[in-house]
Amino acid sequence: MSLTHTEVAEPTTAGTEIGSPATEVAVPGRAPAPHGRAYTVGRTEDVPPGEGRAFVAGDTQVAVFRLRDGSLHATQASCPHAGGPLADGQTDADVLVCPLHLYAYRWVDGVATSGAMAVQVYPVREVDGMLVVDV
Amino acid sequence: MTAVLGGRPEGLTSLSLGDDEFDTRSRLVVVGNGMAGARFVEEVLERGGGEQFRITVFGDEPHGNYNRIMLSPVLAGESHEDEIVLNSHDWYADNGVDLRAGVRVARADTAAKVVHGDDGSTTPYDHLVLATGSYSFIPPMSGVRTADGALLAGVYGFRTIDETRAMLEATQRCRRAVVMGGGLLGLEAARALQGHGLQVELVHAMPWLMNAQLDAEAGAILKKSVESLGITVHLDAMAGEVLGTEHVEGVLLKDGRRLDCDLLVVAAGVRPHTDVAVRSGLEVERAIVVDDQLRTEDPDVYAIGECAQHRGSVYGLVAPAWEHAKVLADVLTGTDPDAEYTGSRTATKLKVAGVDVATMGINVPERDDDEFLVISEPRRGVHLSVVIRDDKLVGATLLGDTRKVAFLTQAFDRGTALPEERIRLLVDLSDGAEEVGVAEMPADSQVCNCNGVTKGAICGAVADGCGSVGAVMDRTRAGKGCGSCKSLVKQIVEWAADGDVTEDPSASWYVPGIPLAKPELMAAIREQDLRSVSQVFAALAPAGKEDAKSKMGLTSLLKMVWGVDFVPEKDGEFINDRVHANIQRDGTFSVVPQMKGGVTTPAQLRKIADVAEKYEVPMVKVTGGQRIDLLGVRKEDLPAMWADLGMPSGYAYGKSMRTVKTCVGSDFCRFGLGDSTQLGIDLETRFQGIESPAKMKMAVVGCPRNCAEAYVKDVGVVAVGNGKWEVYVGGAAGASVRKGDLLATVDSTEEVMQLTGRFMQYYRENANWLERTYDFVPRIGLEKIKQVLLEDSEGLCADLDAGIQRSIDAYRDPWGQDLAEPATPGQFRPSLPLIELPKVPVR
Ligand code: SRM
Ligand SMILES: Cc1cc2nc3c(=O)[nH]c(=O)nc-3n(C[C@H](O)[C@H](O)[C@H](O)COP(=O)(O)OP(=O)(O)OC[C@H]3O[C@@H](n4cnc5c(N)ncnc54)[C@H](O)[C@@H]3O)c2cc1C
Ligand code: SF4
Ligand code: FES
Repeated sequence: MSLTHTEVAEPTTAGTEIGSPATEVAVPGRAPAPHGRAYTVGRTEDVPPGEGRAFVAGDTQVAVFRLRDGSLHATQASCPHAGGPLADGQTDADVLVCPLHLYAYRWVDGVATSGAMAVQVYPVREVDGMLVVDV
Repeated sequence: MTAVLGGRPEGLTSLSLGDDEFDTRSRLVVVGNGMAGARFVEEVLERGGGEQFRITVFGDEPHGNYNRIMLSPVLAGESHEDEIVLNSHDWYADNGVDLRAGVRVARADTAAKVVHGDDGSTTPYDHLVLATGSYSFIPPMSGVRTADGALLAGVYGFRTIDETRAMLEATQRCRRAVVMGGGLLGLEAARALQGHGLQVELVHAMPWLMNAQLDAEAGAILKKSVESLGITVHLDAMAGEVLGTEHVEGVLLKDGRRLDCDLLVVAAGVRPHTDVAVRSGLEVERAIVVDDQLRTEDPDVYAIGECAQHRGSVYGLVAPAWEHAKVLADVLTGTDPDAEYTGSRTATKLKVAGVDVATMGINVPERDDDEFLVISEPRRGVHLSVVIRDDKLVGATLLGDTRKVAFLTQAFDRGTALPEERIRLLVDLSDGAEEVGVAEMPADSQVCNCNGVTKGAICGAVADGCGSVGAVMDRTRAGKGCGSCKSLVKQIVEWAADGDVTEDPSASWYVPGIPLAKPELMAAIREQDLRSVSQVFAALAPAGKEDAKSKMGLTSLLKMVWGVDFVPEKDGEFINDRVHANIQRDGTFSVVPQMKGGVTTPAQLRKIADVAEKYEVPMVKVTGGQRIDLLGVRKEDLPAMWADLGMPSGYAYGKSMRTVKTCVGSDFCRFGLGDSTQLGIDLETRFQGIESPAKMKMAVVGCPRNCAEAYVKDVGVVAVGNGKWEVYVGGAAGASVRKGDLLATVDSTEEVMQLTGRFMQYYRENANWLERTYDFVPRIGLEKIKQVLLEDSEGLCADLDAGIQRSIDAYRDPWGQDLAEPATPGQFRPSLPLIELPKVPVR
């Protein structure tokens, strides 16, 4: 990750509390590719081990996952299939499984194991106990 | 409307690999990214052609490659457009294929060997493949086009996803549609539009429907069937004029009749796209003329699919296009330089629910000694015929009854021997002679015509370890075209897996991520004292690797094994279990409070009513399980609602004991033989919330009139008088309907409780994950179950009784528990970025 802004994480957009839920309407389909702006979306401890939670980064809704091995992943928040809440999905080291129709998306590139669809994955890392997502 | 199907994030991409001068591979350019073009590229790659060729594909449509024949179900709203993507843009990138989506090729310069795109690009080629397909033919009618040559608003062809999307959108504001063309496409379009509530009239220029495939008699029967669906059919009718200036308002038939409409679909045939070939100076008659190696008169230019004319024939179906793709891939990659295509025998099926039509070959005898057998039952809408020549099937028409299609297709494709009694080709004579089963089908007979998959290929996939029908379909693509062969594929897979073919070892595993069958898995969990899902993965999974799709099953199993000593992990649970509610299509949840035996009180009802109002619950509904469902609840409202309700969870979301339905029984009913209501309440109290491999539903009825459907429950109890009760197990009336088997007739309610618990525990310990009792009971066998549970033949009864008691003791109402203190931070935080989905309407 050679992006220039790894150091300076900008705060989440004005008006949005840290860790506030994502509630806006999004359209299914793959979210736009990252432009590389970093946002602090919440505290690492907001995401229990093995689970996911939804946040707003700028005006993008993201789902952040903390796996049991400690690694972090972030994806677009809604499933490209039919808008399922991906943060409610189940995970393992390879994939994220959407709760609605159980499509599985690979962390490496976001592509569904069936090959037909893909979620946008975003770089995410921990900085001083905070979750920083590049969108 | 503009979303790119199978697209990449940024929409169009043309990921150019650059002209590396050190790249010695020859340049293969394909024009047309449709069913033939894309399949050809796949066939080339499969033959290792990625090393031989630098491949560029031009597609006029901006999308990835999609399954055009599935546009009919998409228009009907039966399939989602995402489901018909065959190759996404990513697929091209992943395979090093340069896809120029959205770029139309204007012409090829065959002397300089370059193609010119309408984006101004020139692309050199060594081999050029034209796969430009066809376009909808719009017959000359005055008023159909506007001054600038575009179709009048409201008039559509039916060929592309964009046209399909536009029509789908139009169905929301339009009320009356006219479909021109009574062939396969027209009929499919008519039915699809009608399904959206439009009033549909079909205008066909010929004297009968599907005249290309059917004879007059069959066509007349088809007309009746179509009309019985509510579609008006006008035959021998030519439209001369399209009415309307801004937007279509109707059509004027040549006989003077006027049909009003606000949507006009023209499905009056297709014409091959030959413009590129013509401009490139290639020989074009009806389509681009090719030889048996699909080569045009220019030795480096080929044509495949609907734009090709081979030995005088132009095909309008996908199977020949895919045969072209195979032969050409063999030739170009050198896999079989002498491969030849000699023509296709075509078969068609109409994809219209309620009207079954399958045809193959010719439909009437053509020679004096052709045998012709017809069974016609116009009143039933059935018309069946076969044409036999020299003991071989050369044609068949099945209308209204397509049960024989598998055998006939096979006889038609393979020339297999025909029964002496020809009538057996069309009907099963009820003399007990068995149907032509999948066992007798020769290995090389074609099962999936869309994708050219043989029975042998399916068996091969099973032999290679594909354990499920889905896995076989993914591997072979069988059943992934129009889908009409799916049931045959399933039969073959089942046959192949049961017989001598080795089964996929993972089929016996309890969950996919741990290579152990249930008894071994349970033994290992006990021996190694594994109490949480992550401990199980660490100890028993290959390389300790966790597996998302195994977690839910493991959680359930551990709860059963350990009772209160289970160490819970929220990420091991499915979302429903994490928040004790059922997730809905829009990401909200449903709340079903416990209502034991279906009995409630005015106070409870008042509570529910208050809560429903307070939290603006969009729908309150009485369930099929005799309780009340509050649907469409926001996740963040769940704990407060539970608190206000003050009722325990009804477990309507879990793989667990759900409800015990009861009837009013002896207290009120004049026929009641036992107090079914009280017994139901007692059963529900004892077994509430007990998790099991799949859900368990129970019912108790006061007499064999069975008002609460006890015969079709996982456990059903029926009062038969004199204090006696019958206990049925393995019944269901959901996706499968099965009457339960009588396990025992017992003399007291105590015995009912004990036997129910014993059966539940035996099922919990021995059933596969997600195996309902309606599969479990027949698999184990009623006799065996009786011996184990009633005669204690294996000495298990004491353990079973203790096991179920352990789980009963571990029961805690999850609502009460998590309401006091969330199980994890943000347990009830919304995860919704709601898309606008059809929501539960407020009533
Ligand atoms: C609410 C209810 C329908 C209703 O409005 O009445 C219902 C709703 C659902 N049923 Fe059902 N079933 C409901 C009674 C039934 C019944 C009738 C009964 O219990 O007497 C049956 C047939 C009996 C049976 O199961 O044998 C029934 C057979 C199914 C099946 C088919 C199971 C099978 O293997 O045959 C499914 C699918 C599944 O389990 O995979 C299913 C699945 C579902 C799910 C949970 C789908 C899902 O996974 O999200 C539905 C949840 C809707 C939602 O958004 O909340 N539901 N479902 C009923 C709740 C009963 C309750 O109080 O708990
Ligand atoms: C609604 C519908 C239902 C059908 N149902 C069935 C069915 O049940 N069974 C069956 O066998 N068949 C069915 N068909 C027919 C089947 O879809 C066709 O036979 C098949 O698509 C032919 O494949 P093709 O590659 O030759 O043409 P196409 O799939 O049409 O592909 C041609 C592609 O080339 C592109 N193209 C054309 N000219 C250019 C150019 N100059 N530059 C760049 N790109 C160009 C076009 O945009 C198009 O994407 C159905 C068709 C439709 C429309
Ligand atoms: S019948 Fe189907 S749609 Fe209706 S509630 Fe049950 S699962 Fe849902
Ligand atoms: S919405 Fe995610 S799989 Fe359907």
